[in-house]
Amino acid sequence: MSIKETVSAARSCWTTGDGAESDVVISSRVRVARNLAEFPFPHQLSDESAEQVIQAVSLAVNNTADQGIGILEMTGMGELTPVERQILVEKHLISPDLLENYKNKAVVLNNDESVSIMINEEDHLRLQCLLPGLQLHEAWHRLSSIDDVLEKTLDYAFDEKLGYLTACPTNVGTGIRASLMLHLPGLALVNQISGVLSTVSKLGFAVRGLYGEGTEATGNLFQISNQITLGQTEEDIIAGMVSVARQIIASERSARQALFKERREHMEDRVGRAWGILKHAGIVTSEEAMKLFSDLRLGRDLNIIDLIPPDLITELMIMTRPAFLLKMSGKDLSPFERDVQRAKLIREKLA
Amino acid sequence: MECERCKQRPATVHLTQIINNQKKTMNLCEPCAREFQTENFGFLPQMNLHNLLAGLFHHQLTNPFGQQGIQQAVSEGEICPRCGLSERRFAQQGLLGCGECYSKFGDKLEPVFRRIHGNNRHTGKVPERTGGKVKITNQINKLKNSLKEAVEREEFELAAQFRDQIKELEKKLGGEENACVN
Ligand SMILES: [Zn+2]
Ligand SMILES: [Zn+2]
Repeated sequence: MSIKETVSAARSCWTTGDGAESDVVISSRVRVARNLAEFPFPHQLSDESAEQVIQAVSLAVNNTADQGIGILEMTGMGELTPVERQILVEKHLISPDLLENYKNKAVVLNNDESVSIMINEEDHLRLQCLLPGLQLHEAWHRLSSIDDVLEKTLDYAFDEKLGYLTACPTNVGTGIRASLMLHLPGLALVNQISGVLSTVSKLGFAVRGLYGEGTEATGNLFQISNQITLGQTEEDIIAGMVSVARQIIASERSARQALFKERREHMEDRVGRAWGILKHAGIVTSEEAMKLFSDLRLGRDLNIIDLIPPDLITELMIMTRPAFLLKMSGKDLSPFERDVQRAKLIREKLA
Repeated sequence: MECERCKQRPATVHLTQIINNQKKTMNLCEPCAREFQTENFGFLPQMNLHNLLAGLFHHQLTNPFGQQGIQQAVSEGEICPRCGLSERRFAQQGLLGCGECYSKFGDKLEPVFRRIHGNNRHTGKVPERTGGKVKITNQINKLKNSLKEAVEREEFELAAQFRDQIKELEKKLGGEENACVN
């Protein structure tokens, strides 16, 4: 897939709805930070040296052909329009940091968009593998083999005692950050979310979610990620995440089952209303859309409605973001026009 | 309540993050919250960690001198000979400037590592090529010390052995360097 196709389609490897435990785990992401020994870290680089880093990585990427890791394609951030750059963020392929001072930055994508490499973000290289469902081990193995191939050409900043050296000392050692995007509507509805999340954070993982008024998170989407990067192996870090995830998955499922058993009419009503609004509304804000998508997803996972393909809701989540709406309508949109456009798009996709 | 970020619109969204069991709430207007969410979606809020780090470092910097006498000492602190990053800038931004910074500020970073990671020694992946080089370099440095000691003790036969070993290893190091595409 070329970069132009990437910024034209909401679909990505991680949105397919495949992967284990996909009723709760939307996606698994593993990211590692790497730096080149001979250059200062990106925030200390001159424009000229930043370009040299890009050249060095470009050379390494060219050397990956026929190494069994697929085709990698590099694109300078300056080659993209602002909307296209923002779409890469909305698709979770790059971080917003890559948009700042973008002329000194580049991105490498593989064919199915499961792997992306950000160049000159906080570190020279940030390799990321993003897969649907619970697939942290798989993501790490894919990433590690690409890392190995690149390292044949690149001299990494590595210290025997401290491991991979990173711009921020919070990433030093393995340089690994593993995270899971979780959909937890059941726990939210039975008011157990804060308990579960504070337990998880006590175990040394960061938990985040966007809270609207009160305690309900918009879209009931949460992210957990590891905090520790030094002193444990990558496998241990990931195994720890997976075992915590399994506990969250189990409690989310039992909350859903309890809701379905004891408040079935309420649940059917909730899902039916979401379906009705999304199919007929004329103006939908992004916050409302996220809430309704969550209800719809829950309805599908509880078999209350079965007409929705597994990947559609995740794709809609991306498609209804601002840059995507802009790209599809081909012109600037006011916030109001955006809400109208969003509603129209949802109606079409659910028709 | 006004939005913490733009300080213009009223705050209607309350974003809660839990990091290291510390609950932190941000009060934002909807546009800013949306932006913040997009920005942080899938990525860690490094800012908080930077603050912690800068706090720790600043604490170490200022503590021995008390509140008043610190002006001089804090001005820039030590400076990395390779990239020019000063301790003060590190404390401000929470980012090191280059690999060399780790050796330059190493002693001071030690407690930072312990606080963040509970550990100060890497046990994970070692890069195939660079890792091998690191090992050889360490071996060479060790042998150089032994060589120096042997010379001091006037054990010249032993010293010659060390010298040969160093030469061998340096050849290996150079050979590897040539083998890689530059
Ligand atoms: Zn605001
Ligand atoms: Zn430095």
